[in-house]
Amino acid sequence: MNYNWNWTVLIQEPYLEWLISGLGWTVAVALCAWIIAFSLGSLIGVLRTLPNKALRAFGTCYVELFRNVPLLVQMFIWYFAIPELMPDDIGRWMKRDMPNPEFTTAVIALGLYTASRVAEQVRAGIEAIPVGLVSAAVSSGMNVRKVYQFILLPISFRTIIPPLTSEFLTIFKNSSLALTIGLLELTAQSQQIAEYTFQGFEAYTAATVIYVVIALIATLLMHQVEKGLRIDGHESRES
Amino acid sequence: MGDFDFQVIEASLPFLWQGLQVSLMLTGLAMVGGIIFGTLLALMRLSKFRSLSLVAATYVNLLRSIPLILVIFWFYFLVPLAIGRPIGNFYSALIAFVIFEAAYYSEIMRAGIQSVSKGQVSAGQASGLNYWQIQWHIVLPQAFRNMIPILITQGIVLFQDTSLVFVVSLRDFMTASSIVAKTEGRLVEMYLFAACVYFVFCFAGSYFVRRLKNRISV
Repeated sequence: MNYNWNWTVLIQEPYLEWLISGLGWTVAVALCAWIIAFSLGSLIGVLRTLPNKALRAFGTCYVELFRNVPLLVQMFIWYFAIPELMPDDIGRWMKRDMPNPEFTTAVIALGLYTASRVAEQVRAGIEAIPVGLVSAAVSSGMNVRKVYQFILLPISFRTIIPPLTSEFLTIFKNSSLALTIGLLELTAQSQQIAEYTFQGFEAYTAATVIYVVIALIATLLMHQVEKGLRIDGHESRES
Repeated sequence: MGDFDFQVIEASLPFLWQGLQVSLMLTGLAMVGGIIFGTLLALMRLSKFRSLSLVAATYVNLLRSIPLILVIFWFYFLVPLAIGRPIGNFYSALIAFVIFEAAYYSEIMRAGIQSVSKGQVSAGQASGLNYWQIQWHIVLPQAFRNMIPILITQGIVLFQDTSLVFVVSLRDFMTASSIVAKTEGRLVEMYLFAACVYFVFCFAGSYFVRRLKNRISV
């Protein structure tokens, strides 16, 4: 193997800035998409457990649709196809005037996709709660809304923190797909450095190390959340 | 919306079919390679030698914390360098997928191995079998059978993930669709069609897994 090592390229102008700005975009896309994924995913997950058949069917359709199409295809549909399918005015606005279209599209695509995965975890968490608890709540006069508010949601959201942690990690990894629509996030920047400098080893190692550090920090963060929310006598489900 | 052009899809079907074959072949080969390598990793992880289990744990945790696209870039760059000549993007993508998926399959196989009761291993030892005989004849067949639904589910995820070879221009179904989309200027039709094809495959796959699970559990 013939290779000229040169680790200093990573701290040279402008490559260090490229890495830092890539990291910034990766974190921004992941966190913004997580807000969509968590709120919408919780809603859809709850819908799938409601007594109302139509709402349940809607939840199921959402999950099946978004889970069975690759994220890359979804990303392209949001970026290339949706502006064409919109009414003319909105379509033109999306193509010409929308601020930062790559970022916005990546956040929407990643958020809606991850929502379907979060929804599955939320549903599993609610379904794992013993029926007796719900019966007890109903017999003490609670209505459906109160059963969810005081019994099902507080318990299930605590038990699903481990699987949600792995979804939270996955969203950082999946944010790399934004490069396919031209957003220069971390992976794209490392690839660009590799192309400009022919120092692929150094560039990809830098990106790898940064992703590992992100994963460690995210895991620690979620662990703190879990500890902060723990109720005595309740154990979390293993992911 | 009124001028949805089905003609362009029909005309490009042979080209798309070639791409789909690449996707399916990549999925199949990566699944086989990933399960074999993943099972070895799982055995290492559960081995009584601490150094072996440490190596396997580091491998799995490392690969699970970086994006697949980065792994594809890594091997697209590394493989020709290691071999000394270009071998084409199919093989470098295949290696990347086997390396990457092995980390996920090893976690599944680890759970499978742990689902086999300890008494069976003891029984094997009592009848004089050695470690490899116990694993090969007693533990792994049961572990594998218990995990078949999850292994296939992971295979469906893998099939979706193969679309990412787009980033190294390997002509799979996704890349083929996007080539037609761009040369014909028919982005809407081609990407929606691609979504439908992936959906049909993955939905049918997960339906099959659900039925399999029900049959096993009865």
